Amino acid sequence: MGHLDELESRSVHILREAYANFKNLGMLWSMGKDSTVLLWLARKAFFGHVPFPLVHIDTHFKIPEMIQYRDELVREMRLTMVVGSNFEALEQKNTFPDGAVDRLTCCGLLKTQALTQTLNGKGKRLRYNHDTHTYEEEINPQAFTGVIVGARADEEGSRSKERYFSARDRQNEWNIADQPPEFWNQYKTDFAPGTNVRIHPLLDWTELNIWEYIKRENIPTVSLYYNQGNGRRYRSLGCYPCTVPVESEAANVDEIIAELKVGKFANIAERSGRAQDKEDGGGLEALRREGYM
Amino acid sequence: MTALTDLNKEQMNIVFVGHVDHGKSTVIGRLLADTNSLPKGKMEQIRERCQKEGKPFEYAFLIDALKDEQAQSITIDSARVFFQSEQRSYIIIDAPGHIEFIKNMVTGASHAEAAVLVIDADEGVQENSRRHGYLLWMLGIKKIVVVVNKMDLVNYSQEVFDKIQTEYSAYLAGIGVKPLFYIPVSGREGDNVVFPSKSTSWYEGLSTLQALDSFTKEPPLTNQPLRLPIQDVYKFSTYGDSRRIIAGTISSGSLNQDEELIVYPSGKRTTLASIESFNTPKQETAIAGQSTGFTMRDQIYTHRGEVVCKVGEATPAVSTRMRVSLFWLGKQPLTTKKTFYLKLGTAKERAQIETIHNIIDASDYGSVNGKTEINHHDVAEVTFKLAHPIAFDTSDKLPDTSRFVIVDEYEIRGGGIVIEALPDEESQLREDIFLRNQKWIRSTVNSEQRAERYNQKSSLVIVTGPKGVGRKRLASMLEQHLFDSGKLAYYMGIGSLLYGVNADLKRNQTPGDWRENIRRFAEVAHLFLDAGMIMIVTAVELTQADLNIIKAVIGEEKIETIWLGEDLTTDITYDLIFHHYEPLEEATVSIKRLLQDHGVIFKV
Repeated sequence: MGHLDELESRSVHILREAYANFKNLGMLWSMGKDSTVLLWLARKAFFGHVPFPLVHIDTHFKIPEMIQYRDELVREMRLTMVVGSNFEALEQKNTFPDGAVDRLTCCGLLKTQALTQTLNGKGKRLRYNHDTHTYEEEINPQAFTGVIVGARADEEGSRSKERYFSARDRQNEWNIADQPPEFWNQYKTDFAPGTNVRIHPLLDWTELNIWEYIKRENIPTVSLYYNQGNGRRYRSLGCYPCTVPVESEAANVDEIIAELKVGKFANIAERSGRAQDKEDGGGLEALRREGYM
Repeated sequence: MTALTDLNKEQMNIVFVGHVDHGKSTVIGRLLADTNSLPKGKMEQIRERCQKEGKPFEYAFLIDALKDEQAQSITIDSARVFFQSEQRSYIIIDAPGHIEFIKNMVTGASHAEAAVLVIDADEGVQENSRRHGYLLWMLGIKKIVVVVNKMDLVNYSQEVFDKIQTEYSAYLAGIGVKPLFYIPVSGREGDNVVFPSKSTSWYEGLSTLQALDSFTKEPPLTNQPLRLPIQDVYKFSTYGDSRRIIAGTISSGSLNQDEELIVYPSGKRTTLASIESFNTPKQETAIAGQSTGFTMRDQIYTHRGEVVCKVGEATPAVSTRMRVSLFWLGKQPLTTKKTFYLKLGTAKERAQIETIHNIIDASDYGSVNGKTEINHHDVAEVTFKLAHPIAFDTSDKLPDTSRFVIVDEYEIRGGGIVIEALPDEESQLREDIFLRNQKWIRSTVNSEQRAERYNQKSSLVIVTGPKGVGRKRLASMLEQHLFDSGKLAYYMGIGSLLYGVNADLKRNQTPGDWRENIRRFAEVAHLFLDAGMIMIVTAVELTQADLNIIKAVIGEEKIETIWLGEDLTTDITYDLIFHHYEPLEEATVSIKRLLQDHGVIFKV
């Protein structure tokens, strides 16, 4: 077995453990390369099916191609798609840069708070109707007890401290100092009522692994990752006010892999194009403690 | 830069353990520096900073510096630091920092293939030197390098080194561990870390890196007997998919097209029809380490927690009793009174400690004391008693299916390995059944065909309860009712067997006969069920032990247990209970509904 096969096998094992142990399971899908690989791995684990809803937290500041790509895949793979947003913050314009708040507050409202409300079923949620091809408000949305997330340990500091199965308490908080042991392939899959769990099947994958797997499996990815002729592409996708493209000629998967291996990005962090990471030193760890992905 | 290791190189996960302040970080810092695995300019930067702050440079600062970089979102992972030799890339799992917590050490070490155990030459063997050594053994890590660090502080004295080696070897030998290397090292001065040292001319062995490089990676367990702990049985009926897929990760052995399989603990047999996968060419085989799935020729009932094995290969143990070695991480002590869950493979069973054989003292791990409860960070040898049998191996045979964790109040609070499978009261019975299944001549008419023809699934309905509450009337009524609606149903009182099949037992009554009575009844019922019938049986106050025998013989999925009577007078678990003031007609309707819900008969 090659290294990618080993990574795939472990992720599939974790996905199946999650499915066997959580009744209300969902998977976050941001349409980025990582969570799209995760979606693919779910189809591997469940033999072509995705037996739980995908959840997208729509900040309404996403690059339009992302939304288009999302709905195309939803139709093609007949996915159960749930979309949540912080409608209140959007209405009150508590957003950056057009509103009254700074970057991190904007992230806190449109991502973290929206996520919490979407997962606990208290916020308004939309669900894709495959007959009418529209999003309809969910009636009586249920709380998710387990959420599968595509975080990788190599992304940035706070993510490297994650476990494969990680509990969040009622306030959605993460206690980094006191995490459960996780040994062999036995994970913490027993949880007191009221806790919800983040499941991280991609923890051991690197950015390079992700692209090599996309190549091997021929996974459809959003066009924003590739140079369309203007010498720029996105290395990491997010909201358009806070995510900037990088200068790159890479126009396909092979060229991206070459760029990561020996080219200009071999020594530069992936999230260097994400402004909120730099706002303050421990910014992201603080956000993650409160539930940010 | 170390962030992206060379993927063409072999990778090995290693873990650094040892007592606090014995110099793990320094040795790691040295390894990173002397293998050129640090980012450009990092060393100079740290030296400069130390100079400014007026403190001496230490290699241990490198680890902290890497963590700082992480906070600035540069892709170095403090929990997973990399270094490279000519031979391979090493990933240090859970590098020092939070390693002082045993549970983090265990979490990291359980994913490592080799370990470096650091002992301070000056301080000698300490509590955690012993504890970590023991845990490495329990975690199954055999590739151990013992590094005697800070040799510069003891003038590179061979005497000191030899004394530590002798003391520590003796301790490890007591628990059956033999490290592959003892190396005199100074992390600070760089002696025998990457490069052999001139200061230890009396030492002719390898440096730490050379020792690590001399390890060969563990071959996959493909040539061992097949073990595939079932994670789930999938039937996603959406979009016309009719496959029923057994899914799981192969922990050892291989799985091939058309092979005869046997599933434990139930002992049921089937043939592999096809290996299933998504977005790959058709697979004919799957091997150890792979997450896979397959369909079966005969649709046996099985579920998560059972283990798929191969006919003709070494079988796993099946029992409710096992002798184990465990470590306990819970703050509250583990006692014989506590009930917890045991997770082994994908099985999860309620369990208790039957006997504590010995508890090895946490602080010195040499002496066995007379303690009766297992405290925080203790290691103990005990016998477990489980509520239901599971399939497992012993640690000398296969690693994965002999490892378990203990779940107590939702938390993983301990773990360990199975040393010995112990018999329980059903051992003989189980062996008889496995042999029966092996010798059974399988009909060409399979159970699905029968179910389709008779429009019912075979099932055993047990009506039990105290004397004189109308069990027999209820059973008769149910038989009549099912018969009238076109079902193949047959009612038999368990007592009827006494004068026929069990006449010999009736004649010479000896202790233990009751179990044999039940077993024979169950075998008779097994015949009726194999023929496709719904069998109804009445018996006075059956216990859970009786039911367990019947389950073992017939299969738990085919049994419906009805209790009739005001009070439950035994420990049996039931599917339905009727208090006898209910009209029996209503009870009959309820049972019929239960059979419909369980798919035995179909709703009209």
